[in-house]
Amino acid sequence: MTELLPDPVPARAMGSARLRADGPAKVTGLATYAVEHPADDPLHLWLVQSTVARGRLVDLDTAAALAHPGVVSVLDHTNAPRLVTDDPDTTDPELVVLQDDRVAFRGQIVAAVLAETSEAAREGAALVTARYETEPHRAELRDDSPAYAPESVNPDQPTDSDDGDVEAGLAEADVVVDQTYRTAYEHNNPLEPHALSVTWLEDDDGPRVTLVDSTQGVHPVAATLAPMLGLEKDRVRVRAPYVGGGFGSKGLPHAPEMAAVLAARTVPGRAVKLAVTRQQMFALTGYRTATVSHFRLGARADGTLLAIDHQVREQTSALKEYAEQTATPTRMLYAAPHRRTRHRLVELDVAVPSWMRAPGEMPGVYAHEIAMDELAIACGLDPIELRLRNEPDVDPETGKPFSGRRLVECLERGADLFGWADRTPEPRATADGEWWVGTGVASATYPTMTQAGSQARVSALGGGRYSVAVGAVDIGTGARTVLAQIAADALGCAVEAVDLEIADTDLPMATVAGGSSGTSSWGSAIVAAAQLFRRDHGEDPDSGVHTTASAAQSPGMEQYATHAFGAVFAQTRVHRYTGEVRVPRLLGVYSVGRVLNPVTARSQLLGGLTMGLSAALFEESHRDPRFGHVVTQDLATYHVASHADVRGIEAVWLDEEDPHVNPMGSRGIGEIGIVGTAAAVANATFHATGVRVRQIPVTADRFVG
Amino acid sequence: MRELAYLRPDDVGAAVAAVTDNPRAQYLGGGTNLVDHLKLGVTSPELLVDVRRLPLDEVEEVAGEDGPVLRVGANVRNSDVAAHPVVRSVFPAVARALLSGASGQIRNQATTAGNLLQRTRCVYFQDVTTPCNKREPGTGCSAIGGYARYNAILGASEACVTTHPSDLAVALAALDATVVVRGAEGERRLPVRELHRLPGDRPEEDTTLAHGELITAVELTAGRLTRRSTYYKARDRASYAFALVSVAGALQLDGDTVTDVRLAWGGVAHRPWRATVAEDALRGSTFSEEAVLAACDRELAAAVTSEDSAFKVPMVRNVSALVLGRLAKEDR
Ligand SMILES: Cc1cc2nc3c(=O)[nH]c(=O)nc-3n(C[C@H](O)[C@H](O)[C@H](O)COP(=O)(O)OP(=O)(O)OC[C@H]3O[C@@H](n4cnc5c(N)ncnc54)[C@H](O)[C@@H]3O)c2cc1C
Ligand code: SF4
Repeated sequence: MTELLPDPVPARAMGSARLRADGPAKVTGLATYAVEHPADDPLHLWLVQSTVARGRLVDLDTAAALAHPGVVSVLDHTNAPRLVTDDPDTTDPELVVLQDDRVAFRGQIVAAVLAETSEAAREGAALVTARYETEPHRAELRDDSPAYAPESVNPDQPTDSDDGDVEAGLAEADVVVDQTYRTAYEHNNPLEPHALSVTWLEDDDGPRVTLVDSTQGVHPVAATLAPMLGLEKDRVRVRAPYVGGGFGSKGLPHAPEMAAVLAARTVPGRAVKLAVTRQQMFALTGYRTATVSHFRLGARADGTLLAIDHQVREQTSALKEYAEQTATPTRMLYAAPHRRTRHRLVELDVAVPSWMRAPGEMPGVYAHEIAMDELAIACGLDPIELRLRNEPDVDPETGKPFSGRRLVECLERGADLFGWADRTPEPRATADGEWWVGTGVASATYPTMTQAGSQARVSALGGGRYSVAVGAVDIGTGARTVLAQIAADALGCAVEAVDLEIADTDLPMATVAGGSSGTSSWGSAIVAAAQLFRRDHGEDPDSGVHTTASAAQSPGMEQYATHAFGAVFAQTRVHRYTGEVRVPRLLGVYSVGRVLNPVTARSQLLGGLTMGLSAALFEESHRDPRFGHVVTQDLATYHVASHADVRGIEAVWLDEEDPHVNPMGSRGIGEIGIVGTAAAVANATFHATGVRVRQIPVTADRFVG
Repeated sequence: MRELAYLRPDDVGAAVAAVTDNPRAQYLGGGTNLVDHLKLGVTSPELLVDVRRLPLDEVEEVAGEDGPVLRVGANVRNSDVAAHPVVRSVFPAVARALLSGASGQIRNQATTAGNLLQRTRCVYFQDVTTPCNKREPGTGCSAIGGYARYNAILGASEACVTTHPSDLAVALAALDATVVVRGAEGERRLPVRELHRLPGDRPEEDTTLAHGELITAVELTAGRLTRRSTYYKARDRASYAFALVSVAGALQLDGDTVTDVRLAWGGVAHRPWRATVAEDALRGSTFSEEAVLAACDRELAAAVTSEDSAFKVPMVRNVSALVLGRLAKEDR
């Protein structure tokens, strides 16, 4: 397998609007999701979860469950197959399922019931009774909870940063904003809950495990599970033909997947299906920690920033550390001579937090952009003007030039489209009948990444047709559609001439659909393979010839700071009697390199904006610290934006390409839409009402009284 | 194994007898609430008596002692009631209340009786791993000191602090609707205001109905006041959310003088809360927003709140002012 530095690809199909290749299969119900995947005579698994937050399982009575017709077996820590857990490099503590009697959080898997039907499994699970020896637990992120500095923050960035002397900068400042901003616990809640179908086979070469999983990365799942199962990665085959969203929660396998694999191992040859329930997702499949950002901004009277100090407190789990990188965008968003960031974690006996769309950027930029709004008011400046005055020439964090930083154009274009010029600067100045009306703005940014390791294979099928294979997953983003466009341009053929194969570990290695890096990483590999294929096999290749290649990292990724940028504008109405907040208009203007497919890109950006609106006004997982679990654990009590909440919403982008990051000229677009949106909405509620709410969700009760 | 028997009689008497005879039997309407509870383990009946074949699906206009009466069969779907022309013109509060509830799909499935008898949405009630006096008497109330955003501020007890979730029930309480009930002993009528109860020390009982009593209809008497009625539900998201607070109001003015008024509150108590103290204060007075707020303050003097539910006091008085203010504008 060869690594190639691909040449830029001339855009023909790239950039054109194409409807989703899998759209018809999805809307007609022909697309089979993980748990629907046909299997002969499958068994069904149901998880039994701990009802204490910390302690030891002393006794598990499974007699009644086993007596239930249809129940085949009950797995617990005494009888579940053993995992390989002695290698810290390959042992994920979250995945050490059913191996001992320890309970680390409420909702942890303590048993699993295997039955002939899903109903029998569920009923069996309800019949299992557990007795615990409980120990005191910590489940509340309090302002006085002891906190520690992790070694690094997600994925492996420095915990702290120091440039200049923040205290001196603040002392010199004419204007200081010193405030604390909070974000709520949030759960990803993709439409399709986590699910899988798994079969364990014993053949002559030893065990072979096949999964149809709802995941954002088939290769990462195989690579994570295999060593803990004592297997080589190629003995674990994972497919994910259709996935109903993930938002990061399916980025890596979680405990339910491991439980299902263990169960399958006890019934070789039979498929085991597990559908995680919505309620179980609130304990078992990751979430965004609540964050507390203490911000201090010091500026000259004209708004020029002298000091930026961002100190974050957030939560991790005692079972496994996860450090949300909340303050990392603060390191590059604006210029200031004196800058400091800190991350501190409070360790609690709770479920394991994980990635949720734009981890770090979402809560961090939220806090920064409200602080900027407050600074604008303190300086008597228009919030856009304040941002223009603090534009850096180079990346403040690395000193490198940006591969492209057109934040100012995003702000200005947005201001034009939104009619910002007509805005009255004073808050609480516009009423429309029963409503206060206001507008707000925020900047957005998201790092542009291409992950190393993806490979693609191009094969000639004859008659001018090609197979292009990459083990990437389309989690509903449109990757299937866009990768075919990239492949067509890289091969110089029509999109229709490309048979794209994805979502199977039997296909070449591909990285996770995460970090807004999927299209860039997989697309680069496809381009590399296509260009090498042409080099080796020419324009008229014999049927059957094929080439596999990976892309060398674009040198621009080293030379430049690579980020996407955007500006979000929101109009809110706050009801004068009830305090209810509505968002009649939401606009995002983005600089994201070449937009490869305006149809699917628009969906990604609108989806991000919607999720940002949802975070701004609704989303909050309420953990009851007495019990240790989230009690708003369904979609009736965990509110996400409904259709009626999303009114005028628009995403536009600058016409551009970024020549430095990949051969397509594109940057990632999956996450930037959620960044800054909550701040724009919150700032607009301040402008409407004159009431500054420094935590999300911004709920009606904040405005009545 | 948990056996669950299922009957679908087409005769009211047979249905009533089947449930009356079995203490672990329950009626099944549209199932949008009960089926969830079966799955969650909140309730485990041994017999379900499906009422949907019973002849209770008509909306009829009949003559009544105090004026024309609209009789809504227990099985009429929420969406059909909301769309009924007489409901829309003569009882607008009822149509608005229904349309503010749940989602289009659920309203198409949910029945009138089922809506009134839906159980609380208290998160602990629905989570069988936590104590709840309503679900399991004597285990304690997790909502006290817990998630309190949807808790009651009026009429709660130490045993239970939850609220009743139905929007329809609030509108019916304001309009003094009557519930027609069939039991083993025959038919009886009760004011809807007497259907739901406060928790006291028996929070497991939501209503005053005896086991086996079947709701067959709801009756609404038309009047000048019912036509001048409306409903407002304050909620976190614009659709598909239960009320933080809601207000059903009706108003009759003579010039600026309040000749008659109805005010019922949702989201504040274990049952729809008729704000009779506020009504009495307003009746005969000169209408103004201040007068409404002052009248609500009297009603709310008894409110007991926690940090997370304190907002309901200003919110419900504001929404009352909003609702009656809108009606006053219409009336002038
Ligand atoms: C996500 C969600 C959101 C919702 N939002 C709202 C909302 O905003 N506002 C709102 O008001 N409601 C809301 N609802 C609740 C919904 O209105 C109720 O679930 C529905 O009205 C219940 O009607 P049903 O016919 O399906 O009742 P079922 O579920 O069949 O029964 C409910 C109860 O009524 C009993 N019952 C049914 N018929 C009779 C009868 N004729 N006589 C005696 N007992 C009977 C049953 O035994 C059961 O105890 C929501 C529900 C869901 C799931
Ligand atoms: S408020 Fe009522 S329903 Fe909720 S936990 Fe307490 S007793 Fe149960």
